[in-house]
Amino acid sequence: MANEISDTPSAEATSVDSSDLIISIKEMHKWFDDFHVLKDINLDVRRGERIVICGPSGSGKSTLIRCINRLEQHQKGTIIVDGTELTQDLKNIEIIRSEVGMVFQQFNLFPHLTVLENVALAPIWVRKMPRAEAEENAMKYLERVKIPEQASKYPGQLSGGQQQRVAIARSLCMSPRIMLFDEPTSALDPEMIKEVLDVMIELAESGMTMLVVTHEMGFATAVAHRVIFMDGGEIIEENTPQEFFTNPEHDRTKLFLSQILHH
Amino acid sequence: MKDNSSQASNPLTRLWRNQESRGVIIQIITITLLFAIIALIGRNVVINLAALDKEFSFTFLTWPAAYDIGFSPFLEYTSQSTHLKAAAVGLLNTLLVAITGCIFASILGFTLGILRLSKNWLVNRIAYTFVEFMRNVPVLIHILAIYSLIITLMPPVKKALDLGGGQFFISNRGFYMPSPVFEPGAWMVGVAMIVAILSVFLFRRWAKKVQDNTGKIYPVFWISIGIIFGLTGIVFIAAGMPLSWDVPALKGFNFKGGMAIKPEFLALWLALSYYTACFIAEIVRAGILAVSHGQTEASKALGLRNNRVLQLVVIPQALRIIIPPLSSQYLNLTKNSSLAIAIGYMDITATLGGISLMQTGKEMETMILVMGVYLLISLCISGYMNWFNRRIKLTER
Ligand SMILES: Nc1ncnc2c1ncn2[C@@H]1O[C@H](COP(=O)(O)OP(=O)(O)OP(=O)(O)O)[C@@H](O)[C@H]1O
Ligand SMILES: [Mg+2]
Repeated sequence: MANEISDTPSAEATSVDSSDLIISIKEMHKWFDDFHVLKDINLDVRRGERIVICGPSGSGKSTLIRCINRLEQHQKGTIIVDGTELTQDLKNIEIIRSEVGMVFQQFNLFPHLTVLENVALAPIWVRKMPRAEAEENAMKYLERVKIPEQASKYPGQLSGGQQQRVAIARSLCMSPRIMLFDEPTSALDPEMIKEVLDVMIELAESGMTMLVVTHEMGFATAVAHRVIFMDGGEIIEENTPQEFFTNPEHDRTKLFLSQILHH
Repeated sequence: MKDNSSQASNPLTRLWRNQESRGVIIQIITITLLFAIIALIGRNVVINLAALDKEFSFTFLTWPAAYDIGFSPFLEYTSQSTHLKAAAVGLLNTLLVAITGCIFASILGFTLGILRLSKNWLVNRIAYTFVEFMRNVPVLIHILAIYSLIITLMPPVKKALDLGGGQFFISNRGFYMPSPVFEPGAWMVGVAMIVAILSVFLFRRWAKKVQDNTGKIYPVFWISIGIIFGLTGIVFIAAGMPLSWDVPALKGFNFKGGMAIKPEFLALWLALSYYTACFIAEIVRAGILAVSHGQTEASKALGLRNNRVLQLVVIPQALRIIIPPLSSQYLNLTKNSSLAIAIGYMDITATLGGISLMQTGKEMETMILVMGVYLLISLCISGYMNWFNRRIKLTER
């Protein structure tokens, strides 16, 4: 009687309808000078889909997701985000950036602003929201990441886990359609990883489209629809988390998995 | 008798052991010692001066100075004026070169610092070479070099170089430029300018309130510029353009009309400015670099435009790093201005601490006064910069 599919999210469960694509990357290449860092990347992401990207260090994971909000510029191929193509057009870049939130490994909170001001800054200056409304809204998101009581503190006074949750609230406050996470828990002490992952799991449950670079296999199994494995600037393998972790196809994937399982 | 120290029966011992009262005791002892030393030195000075048949007094300040000062743009000074007047001229000359020097050094320094960060290889290298060359040569050499450059390489007055349209000239006697002549009604333009500046302040406050309440963002910078130039310009035209320029012209052996800037001032001002600017450039560069790239990326990822990233995230953080060392550069420039004496620019060191000292033989008194003056100027600069720093910390949040 129970609907099995809702418990085990899978890419095959929904039909591929191009109007449902929120990110579409086609034959994309990127070079740093003459170093070919991303090679022929093809990736389609459906609205509400959650993707975990993993791979060895230097494989281009960060570069890939940073291309999606133009922190890095690709040189070949197309990237279309929510119907807007990323080109030299500054207007397009602006539109895309205000719809795509990003959380960094190093948090990158603004140290000269209080937690509340950090969260309310972009709504005030990008969405042109009245201050009272922006701060009220910011408080709502701080409650959502469970640190409303820290609102008037400065980032330097918070623990790493708390800072990362503020960073998540800061992104969410812009009501993004897509959230990018670049190793959000890698800079955290083990006891703080869970509080951040819990917030991310809640976010996943709310139906947010998420691209997460992480090696947290527990998180991947719990929330991801797909796991993508990158190596040497290429997407080597993609699969459901169950298949990916229990039954990897490629030797490189097997090697990588054996390495992260060992430590 | 047993003195049980842990009981501390003696009240003095108890006071000494208490952290708070111990601090007070140490301070009292220090101050007493300090005054004792000062009194001792003072007594020695008076006794020794008496032995030399000299009297410690400042009455010499009212004696006629009996020497000429070639550069006194603010006060009427003749050789019959008192030493006090000579000192005042010197002080104003020091302040003139210090203030204009700090302003020019800041403009040049911030520009160079930003050019040093340029991604354009050529611009970057040129700024780098300039900074490295200039700041590694002693400032006195710069002053002497510029001075002799003007004095020896520039043509004599009769063949003064025309630097632009018969308005600006340079010769070995200085730099000549048109001076403004205010005609009746010019005061209205002055008033308009003050009103414009005040309205900009009010406008900014109003714009911030509007933004807080409605979210609407005005292009505050451009509107401010518009108000200042617009209002002043309209009044200027309405008042019948009550301003003309007195253009310098060669008459006989010298230029008549316009404004002349003496080579001494020019050399000192230029050398102090660009020398200090090179240090400021490094401070600015370091300050901006210290704001991590992650800050810019996080702001961009939130959708902030480049100018807002600078205004809201980078500059507020960079300024906090820049301002403390910047104030010490202003102090350096001011103190270095005493090198004026090397080229005969009549600052406080050259007047009171130089000629007045030698003519009156009042070494002790003049030196105390000169030191006091520099100390006072330095304290003013520090005080202002501290105030500025606090203000930035409060408002840029
Ligand atoms: N700005 C840059 N200029 C030149 N090379 C770069 C730049 N940024 C990254 N690279 C190189 O590109 C490659 C991919 O970098 P990327 O940061 O995307 O790897 P990653 O998969 O995120 O690795 P990690 O797990 O260490 O974060 C690396 O070899 C890196 O040295
Ligand atoms: Mg990375």
